[in-house]
Amino acid sequence: MLKTLIRPAAVLLALFTLVTGLFYPLAVTGLAQMIFPAQATGSLIEQHGRIVGSALIGQPFDAPKYFWGRPSATAPFAYNAAASSGSNLGPSNPALTDAVQARVAALRAADPGNTAPVPVDLVTASASGLDPHISIAAALYQAPRVARARGLDALIVAQLVEQNTEGRQLGLLGEPRVNVLKLNLALDRVE
Amino acid sequence: MSASSWLQLALYPVILLLLVRPLGAYMARVYTGERTFLHPVLAPVEQLFYRAAGVNSNAEMGWQGYALAVLAFNLLGWGVVYILQRIQGFLPLNPQGFGAVTPDSSFNTAASFITNTNWQGYGGESTMSTMTQMLALTVQNFVSAATGMAVLVALARGFMRRSARTIGNFWIDLTRGTLYILLPLAFVLSLLLVSQGVVQTFGSYQATPLVQPTVDADGQAVTQQMLAVGPAASQIAIKQLGTNGGGFFNANSAHPFENPTPLSNLLEMLAIMLIPAALCYTFGKMIGDTRQGWSILAAMTILFVLILGLAVWAEQQGNPALAAFGVDQAASSVQPGGNMEGKEARFGIANSALWATATTAASNGSVNAMHDSLTPLGGLAAMWLIQLGEVVYGGVGSGLYGMLAFVIVAVFVAGLMVGRTPEYLGKKIEAYEMKMAALVILLPPMLVLLGTALAVLSPAGRAGILNPGPHGFSEVLYAFSSAGNNNGSAFAGLSANTPFYNLALGVVMLVARYWLIIPTLAIAGSVVAKKHVPAGAGTLPTTTPLFVGWLIAIVITVGALSFLPALALGPVVEQLMMGM
Repeated sequence: MLKTLIRPAAVLLALFTLVTGLFYPLAVTGLAQMIFPAQATGSLIEQHGRIVGSALIGQPFDAPKYFWGRPSATAPFAYNAAASSGSNLGPSNPALTDAVQARVAALRAADPGNTAPVPVDLVTASASGLDPHISIAAALYQAPRVARARGLDALIVAQLVEQNTEGRQLGLLGEPRVNVLKLNLALDRVE
Repeated sequence: MSASSWLQLALYPVILLLLVRPLGAYMARVYTGERTFLHPVLAPVEQLFYRAAGVNSNAEMGWQGYALAVLAFNLLGWGVVYILQRIQGFLPLNPQGFGAVTPDSSFNTAASFITNTNWQGYGGESTMSTMTQMLALTVQNFVSAATGMAVLVALARGFMRRSARTIGNFWIDLTRGTLYILLPLAFVLSLLLVSQGVVQTFGSYQATPLVQPTVDADGQAVTQQMLAVGPAASQIAIKQLGTNGGGFFNANSAHPFENPTPLSNLLEMLAIMLIPAALCYTFGKMIGDTRQGWSILAAMTILFVLILGLAVWAEQQGNPALAAFGVDQAASSVQPGGNMEGKEARFGIANSALWATATTAASNGSVNAMHDSLTPLGGLAAMWLIQLGEVVYGGVGSGLYGMLAFVIVAVFVAGLMVGRTPEYLGKKIEAYEMKMAALVILLPPMLVLLGTALAVLSPAGRAGILNPGPHGFSEVLYAFSSAGNNNGSAFAGLSANTPFYNLALGVVMLVARYWLIIPTLAIAGSVVAKKHVPAGAGTLPTTTPLFVGWLIAIVITVGALSFLPALALGPVVEQLMMGM
């Protein structure tokens, strides 16, 4: 019993813990920090020598002069990057329809006169609550409002949207999308 | 949907099937002890392991001995994972200073990770120290996967050998699977993922100022964001490859630090299916007839593509309840449209539905979209794939040995119809094998349905439900389906981190894993002793399209008979109520 069962089980578990639990993550960390240091530490954005965010993690925006990102369901505040979460609301839940209705109303209130249909990703909560992107449609929908709020030429805003648009990766994968934080930082740099 | 979306959906199974043969052949070499290109590096390590553990690399085990070794190793693993969570507050590598995890949550998580389920009752970045993630969770991601593969290989030996008594040595199969297969693959995949932006650091959480400050739920000003980071890539690589699924972060592979780009998404999706699919080839290679492996893989792939079609269609339809508010859900060149609640913009509809199908077909359970917010029929597709018994690719090892139980039933039923003694791979299938196969097939539905009934009948079970109406029932049904088939994904609105769910689901996961492993090994022990019967005129050939269709019919019939009534109460009613 001891020799054929317990000793191999205990010794092998200890050795696997050493190899897969310590050696493996340490080796990957070492190599990752050497080859891809920026990615491995969170793709941080630096501006004037100061970290202003991560290119991969969205931030909350609700001022008319900024592009708004996906609604976020994280607690206790939107885009809490230490507690990622979706809303988990089911499609038939009245709480979902109420939330979407309120978001549509907020968008319309910030941009009176814009009667275009609202792109769905702009009024539905993302899976992580930290989605850094919106669809191109969602950026185009907001561009006139942002230009007006900042007194900027619509062309400049359109240009910035285009500069911060990521196409399908390798020309094929994923969806075309706009990075909201990068776009807003670029807008702030214009002024 | 755009042409690009269709192309991406088609690309995935094509790349997957191209990888089956090279990896499958490599794994067959590993398990039969032949030399591989990694032997110069790993063989000395392997020998060292055996010497330290006192394993005689020439000794083999009968099925009972093999089963005992599996159970002893897993029981010990359970103890270690439990204790590490309870004492993490006193251990180093705890940058956020997390205290002990509660006893019921620790029990549940330990059961979840040793059974290759990776159901997560907890939020990763707000519960587990880096030490716990590494020494408890990552280690079990490797060895629980290697355990499943070992059991499959033992079953393959049962069919391969004639008039023999032993089915291999668990310690050797476990060691080889971990060292030669899982570690090298995980190593390469982790680095590829880091290149895309998956974090891999031992630094503490990074504070960054918000461009536009906001207020929290209590009206307090919030001016900065804490970016949760950690050694995530190394854990994510193995959680995908080992069909584990337990993420580093609460949002799992929807979190941009776990799955930042469409390319990382494709790599992680391929990793979900890679080993389960390739093991079909390994099985064929070991029994000396690769067509047998291909025909099983064909049945799995057809089932996968059919249900994928349902999921993609349902999600692209969007949510009719939102149409009234002037929301644009139509796909166009500037947006994916569809049901975007609980989905990420970079993945859109096609890649979210594809992932949801892959992660439930394989018993992975990681998510890149929130399953609770899927449309009723999208959720049904995911749930039903789990309920079919995790045999459409399924878990590493466990998927194929589960499917082989269905194969045994399929040849048995066909044999009854024509009045011949059924046989499979030259072995007579008799009452004993049928009884064991029936256990493997019928135990999970029983656990799922009884567990669901218990939960909806008890106040503690109903208290966890988030969404009202039939969707709330779906949450409970999904939870027990997931635990009862060792998947690990969830309709995550269910508050499952309570003593009731932690205990009930923990027990279900344990039973679903080990009460299937034991009869599977019993089948191996029974067929290994049998003589080889040459194929005759009455033998049902198991490599024809007819047999593939027959196998699919058996899987669907069992899955439909067991679960249609329960599904009718959940997603089907919800679909009808929404007038879709």
